[in-house]
Amino acid sequence: MSLREKGAITGVGETAYSRESGRSVLSLQLEASLKAIEDAGLKPSDIDGVIPYSGVVAEDFITNLGLPDLRYSAVTPLGGASCVAAVQSAVAAIAAGICNHVLIPVGRNGASGGRIGTRVQQMPQFRLVGEFEMPLGAIAPAQLYAPMARRHMELYGTTSRQLGEIAVSTRANAMLNGNAVMTKPMTIEDHQASRMISDPFRLFDCSLESDGSCAIVVSAAERARDLRKPPVVVMGVAEGHPDSPSVITQRPDMTRLGIAKAAPRAFEMAGVKHDDIDVAEIYDCFTYIVMCQLEDLGFCKKGEGGPFVESGAIRLGGKLPVNTHGGLLSQAHMVGMNHIAELVRQLRGEAGKAQVRDAEIGLVTGYGDMGDGSVAIMRRG
Amino acid sequence: MSATGTYNKLVPEPTPHSAPYWEGLNRRKLLLQKCRGCGRIRHYPQPMCPSCHSMEVEWVEASGRGVIHSWTITHHAFHPGVREDLPYTLATVDLEEGVRMLAQLRGVPDDKLRIGLPVRVEFETVKDGLTLPYLVPGEPA
Repeated sequence: MSLREKGAITGVGETAYSRESGRSVLSLQLEASLKAIEDAGLKPSDIDGVIPYSGVVAEDFITNLGLPDLRYSAVTPLGGASCVAAVQSAVAAIAAGICNHVLIPVGRNGASGGRIGTRVQQMPQFRLVGEFEMPLGAIAPAQLYAPMARRHMELYGTTSRQLGEIAVSTRANAMLNGNAVMTKPMTIEDHQASRMISDPFRLFDCSLESDGSCAIVVSAAERARDLRKPPVVVMGVAEGHPDSPSVITQRPDMTRLGIAKAAPRAFEMAGVKHDDIDVAEIYDCFTYIVMCQLEDLGFCKKGEGGPFVESGAIRLGGKLPVNTHGGLLSQAHMVGMNHIAELVRQLRGEAGKAQVRDAEIGLVTGYGDMGDGSVAIMRRG
Repeated sequence: MSATGTYNKLVPEPTPHSAPYWEGLNRRKLLLQKCRGCGRIRHYPQPMCPSCHSMEVEWVEASGRGVIHSWTITHHAFHPGVREDLPYTLATVDLEEGVRMLAQLRGVPDDKLRIGLPVRVEFETVKDGLTLPYLVPGEPA
């Protein structure tokens, strides 16, 4: 059984994004969840599946939303790849006949709560890094991921300015979004002048730490047609794990992420080609991670990500507009659920000033932990 | 770094699988797991050989020689304990034994860093019962 077209995104909801909400993660997630359920034209009591992200559990949603008969709960612990992987899990549960409407909320007070950069030390999936690398001074994702980018630069001639193009393009898109944390324009010179964090990553190569929540509802495709908004149908979805998934140091090919394994599965399931993709929301915890995924997805060859982005291809109006909402780099770090929300808006024609004309088919990815990947291809229903 | 005073960096929590590795460092030896089933050398320490699934291991001493695979130069203190070290270079190294290690690299100017640069492992006792590896320029093979 294929998951092709078995599920659709029927609702999306977002809180205001900020650096200081002063609110609990649960209250943020409940607000976004209610908005997503309302956007779908559903009642909270229609929700019969929930995939919470972290810090909260399914029971919190039963208790607060008053869910009478939750039939499915799961977790997808892939860090930033969790949200798109949760879509796969939701569609699989729906296709198996377990449930009809799955709520997937994500929320955090990453800026006002625990700092993301230091929180990783407590995460069990980083146990090997915690024992063998953190005591040597390799502590934060910026440091752990930087050697992947440096090797790419040495092997293929990729430059910091090419990474900067991703930051600049993403910022320009955020300027069109009314709910973005970053509101000032950025030039390549601004990027080059931003302070070095862990070479080659400058401050503007790194994503934000944000407060807020984003939630979606995934529904059975046949039920989605009768709801409030046009459904956004999941054509193909897959997750992939890299070789040496716990430590980048030991990875045979440091420039290849887990999404390289997932992408052929998702494209085959969807039955579409790269040229069919009108818009792409690519997980962007760091600029380089966008470039590497564009290669691993097959939008350009390995090593050609630098010239690809430098050509203007990922800008609005380019060959493949990327992160039309401003991404984790400039809108907010909502673990990539905001990428799914933006793709839904694009395919509904609700993306406002950032709308890609006649967007019919789009792609969204997740990247998490030490290289886990996930990708979904969706179409206007 | 010094062996005296309060040590305020992150410290490892060895497991039954990794204890021989940390004990080896205290004897200034870089020890790697070698599978007794198929002979494959692996790093970091883990209970099972992913090739033959044997859980029997012996520990072999690495030559300590390798070449740079990649690196990063850290300018931001992600932990209070590393502030005085800034900026510092973290090198990923291909060891002669076919596995990699990561450690701080000293004595190589930033503009001399390159893939394939020979390095070798040194050891320093940073606190009572904890010796860490670091890297210095090595001789070409």
